[in-house]
Amino acid sequence: MFTVRIQSEDFDAAAEAAALTRGRTDVGAVVTFTGLCRAQDATGGAPLIALTLEHYPGMAEEEIRRLIEEAGTRWPLLGATVIHRYGRMVPGDNIVLVVTTSSHRGAAFAAAEFLMDWLKTRAPFWKLEEREDASSWVAAKDTDDEAAERWG
Amino acid sequence: MKVLYFAWVRERVGRETEEIAVPEGVTTVADLAAFLKGRGEGYARAFENPRVVRAALDRRHAKPDTPLAGAREVAFFPPMTGG
Repeated sequence: MFTVRIQSEDFDAAAEAAALTRGRTDVGAVVTFTGLCRAQDATGGAPLIALTLEHYPGMAEEEIRRLIEEAGTRWPLLGATVIHRYGRMVPGDNIVLVVTTSSHRGAAFAAAEFLMDWLKTRAPFWKLEEREDASSWVAAKDTDDEAAERWG
Repeated sequence: MKVLYFAWVRERVGRETEEIAVPEGVTTVADLAAFLKGRGEGYARAFENPRVVRAALDRRHAKPDTPLAGAREVAFFPPMTGG
């Protein structure tokens, strides 16, 4: 069961994980990853006030679905749910959720990490940072490209 | 052809979407980006470094040499920063 949702409203990670295991006896591992909006980055600039996430409606959902299907060919997944929010978020808010289920933990961990790495470089979302001094578009990170590329 | 722009490409071009009559000889994503670059000051700034502008054809990632070949929708945008 693969589910993708692109939404402005918040999500409930525990409820999404429960939905993937309810009524089943074959799931041995659930991995849940939540990405949050944080106030300060490592470089120590002016604190973040808010992030606004822009997305490409239609393609965002289709591209994430393609990534989940690719994960399903690499690992024996029993289920996966990806929820990505758009709109304005403040520090502490949820941005993205990845839940994977499998019989064993190895596949669930690996698939969740693969989905996050690929999502960051392929899902059509763009972050606009609002700081006290200015607003600016977040630049893509080389480390994200490297994280995605290591999966081959 | 429907053209969409996102993030700072959208801001520089000054619009979210438009219909473009693709001229003869414009056959690839890179050709279209070069054609758009010549449409005015905002476009010139959006496409000033074509290597950092990404594209999608009919909602799938495309490369500069991908043929436009009958696509209905093309989008131009910066490298993605979701997640």
